[in-house]
Amino acid sequence: MLEVSNLNAFYGNIHVLWDISFTVKEAEIFALIGANGAGKSTLLRAISGLLLPASGTITFLGQRIDHLSSNEIVELGLSHIPEGRKLFTEMSVRENLEMGAYTKPAWVQKAETLKWVYEIFPILKEREKQLASTLSGGEQQMLAMGRGLMSRPKLCIIDEPSNGLAPRLVLEVFKVIKSLRDQDITILLVEQNVKHTLETADRACVLENGRLALDGTCQQLLDSEHIRKAYLGL
Amino acid sequence: MDTTRFKSKGFYIPGIITLIIFAGLVTLPLFGSLYNVILITTLLMYANLTVSWVLFSGLTGYMSLATAAFFGVGIYASALFLPITGAELPILVVVLIGGLASSIIAFGAGALTLRLRGIYFTIFTFGLVVLIMELLNWWELSVNKILNRYIMLVDNNYIFYVMLGLFVLVMLTFFFIRRSKFGLAMRSIGENEEAASHMGINVTMVKIVTFAISAFFMGATGAIWATKLSYINPHEAFKVLISFLPVLMAIFGGMGHIYGPVIGAVIFAYLQETLQTKFSEIYMLSFGVVLVLAILYMPHGLVGLIQKVWRRISGGKRVHT
Repeated sequence: MLEVSNLNAFYGNIHVLWDISFTVKEAEIFALIGANGAGKSTLLRAISGLLLPASGTITFLGQRIDHLSSNEIVELGLSHIPEGRKLFTEMSVRENLEMGAYTKPAWVQKAETLKWVYEIFPILKEREKQLASTLSGGEQQMLAMGRGLMSRPKLCIIDEPSNGLAPRLVLEVFKVIKSLRDQDITILLVEQNVKHTLETADRACVLENGRLALDGTCQQLLDSEHIRKAYLGL
Repeated sequence: MDTTRFKSKGFYIPGIITLIIFAGLVTLPLFGSLYNVILITTLLMYANLTVSWVLFSGLTGYMSLATAAFFGVGIYASALFLPITGAELPILVVVLIGGLASSIIAFGAGALTLRLRGIYFTIFTFGLVVLIMELLNWWELSVNKILNRYIMLVDNNYIFYVMLGLFVLVMLTFFFIRRSKFGLAMRSIGENEEAASHMGINVTMVKIVTFAISAFFMGATGAIWATKLSYINPHEAFKVLISFLPVLMAIFGGMGHIYGPVIGAVIFAYLQETLQTKFSEIYMLSFGVVLVLAILYMPHGLVGLIQKVWRRISGGKRVHT
């Protein structure tokens, strides 16, 4: 579904991504793990068209997307739920969701999609008319995810969804992510919460200092000595 | 969108008031004195600039100080195409030229600079005013050897009606853009540009197009305004104050509601006109005081204050969420 091969990217003169290659298969949860500054967010920015890679290719559904602008990429069916939610805080919950359906194909089926999103996150229906800034942290994360789903994506990039959430809510968020996969939405999940992530995802890769350190099924990674020492503290 | 607000009965009262004011304006030259016609033309001029400014800057959050540049380009269109003798083009065509020239410049300048954010964009737009003025100054003095250009005299009532027509157009544009999907995109850019691009919005395009629309009305307003000036030169056409006044008027009136910029512009411009004639020494000073008070005590402008008072009178039933 998504194929990244030999990707290199720079911030100015600084080489931040080194020869990254991985493949996300259809209807799976693929996790990207790494510490702060490992280059996760940069990689996501490159995939969603906010950063132009220096070399390498990104293919989505058989089409090269590394030279497309972010709005074109969204229209192809790739939705990016950004880290830190980035909600439109002065708009209502409903308006935030409607913004998510901005692309032409999504706008047509907006009402239908909205119903679906409200089924996944019933709390958003209750809060429909409230300003996004008045929601609690957990509700805001749900709104960010709901907004990302409004574009009817085939692949959903979710960046740090557990960031700043209470443990109970983290579990809930991961449950939703699993249910999305069960509805055939492919997920590229980026997380620092390694334990939960590896328990939720199907396959994963580990990014260290801008390089791909490991990849494999989550079970393989959970068994790997390196992961256990460096990320799980076992 | 704000559809709920418009659907409630609150929609009819402002609607009726708007109609009455509009009817009064259309018939003004029949019963009003010449002084009043000229005064209201001035108020409409400021209202046009302020609403055009809010159309771009108020919604997207990009603070533009290029108003004087577009207004001046409009004025210069008139100077070139409506000379005091031998004007060949109809006035309305020249107004259109003024508007189009401004929006073309806005399109180019926007394409170059709308990726700049915050203060950098503001500084650039201000630079644009000075840049165009100096270029024209050089062109007039060194190439054409002209100090001043004299502009055709136009009947005051005619100027008034063109200004009113532009006002109606800019208000309608503002009204429909605000309620459209495009307006929603603009607001989302104003709130969080990166998130807006994640939504699939072509943020650069939305910004450039809006900047050009806003510049069109500024240029057209300048072109018709020029016919009141009798003569102009680059320094007269590009007054930096014109860049700042719409910002102040918009803040004064409040940008949260469609009437805010209009009310702000009308009251502010009226104060300016009267203070300038009666207390010419202290009028700029009193402006400053009014503005400081407005920002301190009316963070949402006059309209915000009115809404607050209204809610208190009506028992606070409609709580603002």
